Amino acid sequence: MQTADQSGTRDGAVLTMRGISKEFPGVKALDGVDFRLHPGEIHALMGENGAGKSTLIKVLTGVYDVDRGEIELAGEPVSFTGPLQAQQAGISTVYQEVNLCQNLSVAENIHIGREPRRLGAIQWGELRRRSDELLRRLRLEIDVTAQLDSYSIAVQQLVAIARAIDISAKVLVLDEPTSSLDAGEVDQLFRLLRQLRDEGMAILFVSHFLDQVYEICDRMTILRNGRLVGEHLVAELSQRELVGKMMGRELALLEPMDEEHRRPLTELEARPAVVEASEVTRSGSVEPFSLTIHQGEVVGLAGLLGSGRTELARLLFGADKADGGRISFGGEQVALHGPRTAMDHGVAFSSENRRTEGLVADLSVRENIVLALQAARGWARPLNRRRQNELVQKWISALSIRPADPELPVRNLSGGNQQKVLLARWLITEPKLLILDEPTRGIDVGAKAEIQRLVAELSDGGMAVLFISAELEEVLRLSHKIAVLRDRKVVAQLANSDDVDADRLMAAIATGGAS
Amino acid sequence: MNGGDGRFAAARQHALFWPAVVLVALLAVNTAFSHGFLSIELRDGHLYGSPVDILRASAPLALVAVGMTLVIATGGIDLSVGSVVAIAGALACLRISELGDQNGVAGVLLAVAVALVLAVVLGSWNGLLVARIGIQPIIATLILMVAGRGIAQLVTDGQVLTINSGPYETIGAGYWLALPVSVLIAAGVIGLTLAVLRRSALGMLLESVGGNAEASRLAGIRSRWLTFAVYAFSGLCAGIAGLMISANVASADGNQAGLLIELDAILAVVIGGTALIGGRFSVLGTVLGAVIIKTLDITVYTVGIPSDVKLLFKSLVVIVLCLAQSAAFRAWVTRRRHVGSGGSGARVATGDDEKAGALA
Repeated sequence: MQTADQSGTRDGAVLTMRGISKEFPGVKALDGVDFRLHPGEIHALMGENGAGKSTLIKVLTGVYDVDRGEIELAGEPVSFTGPLQAQQAGISTVYQEVNLCQNLSVAENIHIGREPRRLGAIQWGELRRRSDELLRRLRLEIDVTAQLDSYSIAVQQLVAIARAIDISAKVLVLDEPTSSLDAGEVDQLFRLLRQLRDEGMAILFVSHFLDQVYEICDRMTILRNGRLVGEHLVAELSQRELVGKMMGRELALLEPMDEEHRRPLTELEARPAVVEASEVTRSGSVEPFSLTIHQGEVVGLAGLLGSGRTELARLLFGADKADGGRISFGGEQVALHGPRTAMDHGVAFSSENRRTEGLVADLSVRENIVLALQAARGWARPLNRRRQNELVQKWISALSIRPADPELPVRNLSGGNQQKVLLARWLITEPKLLILDEPTRGIDVGAKAEIQRLVAELSDGGMAVLFISAELEEVLRLSHKIAVLRDRKVVAQLANSDDVDADRLMAAIATGGAS
Repeated sequence: MNGGDGRFAAARQHALFWPAVVLVALLAVNTAFSHGFLSIELRDGHLYGSPVDILRASAPLALVAVGMTLVIATGGIDLSVGSVVAIAGALACLRISELGDQNGVAGVLLAVAVALVLAVVLGSWNGLLVARIGIQPIIATLILMVAGRGIAQLVTDGQVLTINSGPYETIGAGYWLALPVSVLIAAGVIGLTLAVLRRSALGMLLESVGGNAEASRLAGIRSRWLTFAVYAFSGLCAGIAGLMISANVASADGNQAGLLIELDAILAVVIGGTALIGGRFSVLGTVLGAVIIKTLDITVYTVGIPSDVKLLFKSLVVIVLCLAQSAAFRAWVTRRRHVGSGGSGARVATGDDEKAGALA
């Protein structure tokens, strides 16, 4: 209500950006975008991958300088030459991937660069006391003297937000803050955001979770292909209209999968098994589990963050070494020495951490796509350039990777397009078993629907898929069978029949599957 | 006109542009101080002249630096190359000095082969420590850097070992088809390296491992083998360079041969545009870097810089070169220039407009 009053006037804004343009070699990332942010509001920045959200944020926070356009903060024109300057001016940012020092303590991370000092020496006691106080206020009870990487990504994210808040910010920018948080942690974050909003802070919130945007945000600005589409009050725009504006077309979104994909499990289980794991385990990582995936079968892994989903997948791919149990591919028992052994048996694994475990940022889109196939062929049998171009062009258009320039460094692509590059890398190896760990995290609805459809098509074509996602709806939509993990243990394996829904799945996750 | 500008802009984007500019500038300075600097003449069937001298002096450094380039591309570093240079030269000279006929080609070839095998073994030792045992490259190769000097002195008994072998001296000081043999050997080895890197998938796989080791492992690249191989290759390159250096002076000095060559090699790699963090690399850039370093050494004499400020002069040129290479620095200079001219005027104008608007 308060924001509705202000929306008509210009002077209420704490931050105004006008006519912002930014170009990269080969990409026009922003084209004359206007944006404003009022104190005491949570404002969503919406758009598909590559729409220019990240670029706008990086311009705002001084990571990039603008080609054209102006930025006004609290009525003063500003021009940042670096993130530090933007921070000092009162714009604090928390990025999707935690940008803190893993090897320092929580307290050090919160105060890095602005430690309390006396006569040049850091006052460690004061540092700890302040950190403790701050985190208690945010209802986060952790040991501030512990090293940051001893905590989960979710906790690290909250520490990053705590740090941003502590740097007396006028404007708080959150880029996909919830993508690695579980439901309870999201609630905790939202409680905090509401508290900060009521204290008068202006919060810019970027998320691909539409439900979360509708839950927490007051207003939104929509971008498409680097251009401004419009600014709307959240209450006045339905989710459907929003998606239409983001994509520039109406789309039957996330329609239920067609009948062909919904084969009964009994039919699938009659087919040959692609992988059979029996009592496979790694101490401290996953309790012994047994799992069989047949040709054309999609097995979903459901469970909370840290329940062992990723760890299980890594064992099947040989990324980590199992210290017990047997794994067979196509009926042949295999000693997994590493990823290459698994790849030789037709297994592909797309990691959830595309930046650290997926892509090689410096290499081009083409090189990233052919990497796994080339590795499997060995260095002495290079794919010639023409064959590379054929394959790469085919998958760039099949997955509509944008921009469609195979020679661009993959670093210049948006998150969703990077994810597609990673997928393409594995699809050209024509795997028998495709392991997808959070393939739709941090990407927009359009790309998400595309990837889901692709998974369904691949499995209809006979590929076995192990599908990991924190979103239960997605797991339910795609999987024929769902393995539920809890506390690093497979507690249930459910056939995905009509009577299985998100509630039932949630109950299985919560209680250990006694159903 | 526009097309010309476009071509120039494209050339400026090329990785070898700035090293090439510096080399041309250095040659220009030399020519200004010594007019016949660039002239080459044919005397007794040999090419003579400063450019030939520069290439001859660059050959061993270029070899060592090319080996170093691949090591650096994987994110590592090889500090032991200087010691390997000394050991290879010392062993070859020792074997030759024990020959009945020092001018026998077969005996010399065997000595050369033994020395090169040892160089590869030493490089493999580094590779083993880094790739298999997981010691940080700078520490792993430091071991051989220090111990290697001792080994070289053991081989030569702490003396400068002088030999008198025509075939061996050819490697460092001989001519073939009017060209210095050492330059031909270096060109051959480097050309072969380039061909293997770019015709096979090795170049891309190396860049991938250097760019992101974990992602490469998960993409199925056997990065341990690659890492091991580049250290072995670096050993081989240093070994060949060691033979050239000792053959050029027909002696082996375990103490002085190849001393500090690792630093010049690393410098050549950096000047050539390969980042020390690994990933993208440029072999030709490195070769250019090695030539620049040796040209710089000669420039010091041509210009007549006193020997006590020689190192200072050299470091100044290197600093300028590194700054010219840095995209961030160039962007900073360009921005300053824009602010100094049209840019700031435009900004002031908009500021005034807004003030006017606010007053109204």
